Amino acid sequence: MNTGRYGQYGGQYVPETLMNTLHELEEAYEGCRKDPVFQSELAGLLNRYAGRPSLLYFAKNLTDKTGGAKIYLKREDLNHTGSHKINNVLGQALLAKGMGKTRLIAETGAGQHGVATATAAALLGMACEVFMGKEDTERQALNVYRMRLLGAKVHAVTSGTMTLKDAVNETMREWSSRVDDTHYVLGSVMGPHPFPMIVRDFQSVIGKEIRTQLQKEEGRLPDAVVACVGGGSNAIGAFYDFIGEPSVRLIGCEAAGKGVDTEQHAATIAKGSTGVLHGMKSLFCQDEFGQIMPVYSISAGLDYPGIGPEHANLHETGRAEYIPVTDDEAVEAFNYLSRTEGIIPAIESAHAVYHAVKLAGTMTKDQVVVICLSGRGDKDVAAVARYQGEDIHE
Amino acid sequence: MSRIADAFENGKAFIAYLMAGDPDLETAAELIVEAQEAGADLIEIGIPFSDPIAEGEVIQQASIRALSAGTKLDGVFGMVASLKRRVRVPLVFMTYLNPVFVFGYERFFAKCREIGVCGIIIPDLPYEEQAEVKVVANQYGVELVTLIAPTSNQRIEAIAKNAEGFLYLVSSMGVTGMRQSITTDIRAVIRDIRAATGLQVAVGFGISSEEQVEKYSTIADGVIVGSAIVKLVGEYAKAAGPKVSEYIRRLKGVQRKA
Repeated sequence: MNTGRYGQYGGQYVPETLMNTLHELEEAYEGCRKDPVFQSELAGLLNRYAGRPSLLYFAKNLTDKTGGAKIYLKREDLNHTGSHKINNVLGQALLAKGMGKTRLIAETGAGQHGVATATAAALLGMACEVFMGKEDTERQALNVYRMRLLGAKVHAVTSGTMTLKDAVNETMREWSSRVDDTHYVLGSVMGPHPFPMIVRDFQSVIGKEIRTQLQKEEGRLPDAVVACVGGGSNAIGAFYDFIGEPSVRLIGCEAAGKGVDTEQHAATIAKGSTGVLHGMKSLFCQDEFGQIMPVYSISAGLDYPGIGPEHANLHETGRAEYIPVTDDEAVEAFNYLSRTEGIIPAIESAHAVYHAVKLAGTMTKDQVVVICLSGRGDKDVAAVARYQGEDIHE
Repeated sequence: MSRIADAFENGKAFIAYLMAGDPDLETAAELIVEAQEAGADLIEIGIPFSDPIAEGEVIQQASIRALSAGTKLDGVFGMVASLKRRVRVPLVFMTYLNPVFVFGYERFFAKCREIGVCGIIIPDLPYEEQAEVKVVANQYGVELVTLIAPTSNQRIEAIAKNAEGFLYLVSSMGVTGMRQSITTDIRAVIRDIRAATGLQVAVGFGISSEEQVEKYSTIADGVIVGSAIVKLVGEYAKAAGPKVSEYIRRLKGVQRKA
């Protein structure tokens, strides 16, 4: 079987207990990929339940104010549950159900993936348990309650740094103790093969739609596609269809927190080195002895010390560029997009907005930049208010 | 240098696990000697890692204690080197792939040979991914011990045929840690292993009681006890020596009669 390599990155570095399960998953997925019934069922859910295709919105005010390239927003924030996460979750939940699993488990950072998984579980009549770093349950309390409303059990993870990385550890541990009836709905293009491939395939609907929609609007390809990167699922989803189009610049924006020259960032590409964690060989923020370092970002969804292996390879081959964006810059873009277009972006997506606007300003008016607006910002309102010195209660 | 096979030469093997740097490197060194004197036939020395995904609560906590005490890989090498004259039983490292990968396979295994570590167990390195590590480890005389799980099924034959040192049979689903009962049909798994290899099989994950040691020493070639020992170190810290010694002595006694 294919062990899922992207250049030197990827692989299946997991305990033996999980290996058979990963092979079964790969086999089931290969079946579904070719199965027209599965594909039409998934397309039906994406269209009639999640609200796809999502809009490709020409941000005229933003474009006029910037005075450069035309800026389009791919509105993943308008999907059901408020982010791109639902694309992957509906695919994996259907796949798991087809494999006879009755219980879904998932890690979550900001809570968006947890909410999406709880939603799919409710829809398909499956049990659901979500693991979330204790620190994240505090900064995203609203999402915790949303998951509970949807019938999921939320575990606050108290090991390690109590954030997304530790939530992944705990979900892997849980899965290794119970594989018979349980599927781990991994939320990003990370982890052991086949997850980076499965998640990328389910998210690649984003880029396919961008291509078709922009063709209709502008009759051309974009000059640049910009997306935020934590593990990198919305970015790979937006990029994937364009990897073979050398005229399209692919730009990932990673979380620089308080700056890449401080110790408080999550800028894996800028500051990380090759290592092995969570089932994959990739780039990680780590010390000289291979201990994973605590990372930081205002955005719980980007607060992860690694990046998906396909991104590590796109970086290494130079096909995609990765730019660090700080908390301050992301908050500035959060405010700016809200006032300019009346769209409050997720703080994760605001990282991409910041860089894309800067980039568009250096480009000509006949060029086009597409920003993947991966999620909506309601969940971040209280945190951004606090960041700007206003203590509001949700 | 002792070989892993030496551990199985005097009847069934008792394999003890201790975390390097828990509660500190000096105490861990003394605990290794205590474990040997109490009857351990092989000692696994854990190198602490920030994200030990195969470990239960007890060993996770030990990793945190060791890392918080400032344990670094070079310190672990120094501690093991200091034991060279006092330890006769084979020593193997147990850690995750990342600390080994980042240090560099060549440097890591050269160091193992230098300090007398004859094997390594890496729980997040399954059979399919072993090649890059094994080829270097073997160059330096270090054997790569492979794990077999209750879910390995049709994978057992390939794993067993390519195994070296001994086979580490994971008793149960899930992570390390003490368990009241083990439900896997260990006998059947061992039968499949024996059909593929003559290599010794030791059972680990969840073994802590006299009854379990007796039972699995009868059907396998050895038992591995980790969390129960590490828990004593967690409770008694620098004063854990006599407790660890007494515990291993008692279980080894049971094993000798099994």
